[in-house]
Amino acid sequence: MELVNLFLKATFIENMALAFFLGMCSFLAVSKKVETAVGLGAAVIFVLAITAPLNNLIYTYLLQEGALSWLLGAEKAATINLEFLTFIAFIATIAAMVQIVEMAIDKFSPALYGSLGVFLPLIAVNCAILGGSLFMVQREYDLAETTVFGIGAGTGFALAMVGLAAIREKLKYSNVPPGLRGLGITFITTGLMAMGFMIFGGIQL
Amino acid sequence: MKKETKEILFGPVHLANPITLQVLGICSALAVTTQLEPALVMSAALTFVLVGSNVTVSLLRNKIPGSIRVITQLAIIASLVILADQIMKAFLFDVSKQLSVFVGLIITNCIVMGRAEAFAMANPPMKAALDGLGNSLGYSVILIIVGFFRELLGSGKLLGHVVMPTVNNGGWYNPNGLMVLSPGAFFIIGLLIWAQRSYSAQLQEDEN
Repeated sequence: MELVNLFLKATFIENMALAFFLGMCSFLAVSKKVETAVGLGAAVIFVLAITAPLNNLIYTYLLQEGALSWLLGAEKAATINLEFLTFIAFIATIAAMVQIVEMAIDKFSPALYGSLGVFLPLIAVNCAILGGSLFMVQREYDLAETTVFGIGAGTGFALAMVGLAAIREKLKYSNVPPGLRGLGITFITTGLMAMGFMIFGGIQL
Repeated sequence: MKKETKEILFGPVHLANPITLQVLGICSALAVTTQLEPALVMSAALTFVLVGSNVTVSLLRNKIPGSIRVITQLAIIASLVILADQIMKAFLFDVSKQLSVFVGLIITNCIVMGRAEAFAMANPPMKAALDGLGNSLGYSVILIIVGFFRELLGSGKLLGHVVMPTVNNGGWYNPNGLMVLSPGAFFIIGLLIWAQRSYSAQLQEDEN
């Protein structure tokens, strides 16, 4: 039950894009069409679901203070704290994972590669992915929680992006003041969506 | 100052602003601007990382093999961010707590990657440093404007000093809570873009 709660919280209440502003660059750039938004959204869910638990393992068994006790014994390991390497370890994992996932999809499912392929390299530098791993450390999630959080956060991001893309497709037919066209109106629309998502605040199962 | 230098340095402040026109580095611009102080610290941290990474990438530009350049750039940027993060933890602990994950997220801040890829890979170190400085300036200007309005309207304060005493504390100003929450940030940047593009009509887009 707690995990379901965490999933809903990561998807709706603490939405990556609308509450924490993560992954905004691709959020704004790729939300012009519903089709591409769905593609990137799926890729984000996929990569977050893989990298968040993986980074959790790396953090728990390599980087955390005293984490090396399985290798060196508790006494020796207690003095070793590699936490300062967190950023570089996480980003390297993410970049490598994205590359591997890309190759794997290309090999086993060319159809899926056709629809996700172009978005995967973009994702290595999407802050929602690194943000997911950093939040996991900050909030001290365990492995199961991290997996659920990763999937939930990805789903929330995808949901918000598809929603915005749908609005923008309709927006094409409206008469917007010249200075506000394009990026400006997108920001205001996203703001209104963020307000909409705020009603989920406080929901507990 | 030579014309070219001036263009590299001040172009990104208005006509090629990284946030409002290149649409880069928006995450942190929205997230750290609830108050002015974290916005200032974030600007300083980004300036450090951006200038540092531009110079480093530019120095190594002929040595980096094309096929692994993204991961090389990421490694350079991540090392600089770790440095900035450790310095902030040592000297500005409170602000560093407030910025939470967003210091780490400078790594994936698209401005840094974008400038390394688009400018530093093709230009000598001196120019790359100027370009880094110019883009940080453009980023900082937006952050400071947004932070200014959000703190002033959201809590009646500036840098923690009371400017407009709020009703709760016996003053006259009824704080606008929306400014502190996430929608406020979107609205302010949206309005800022509107103002900028109305002022310089050549920046306007044709389609929604």
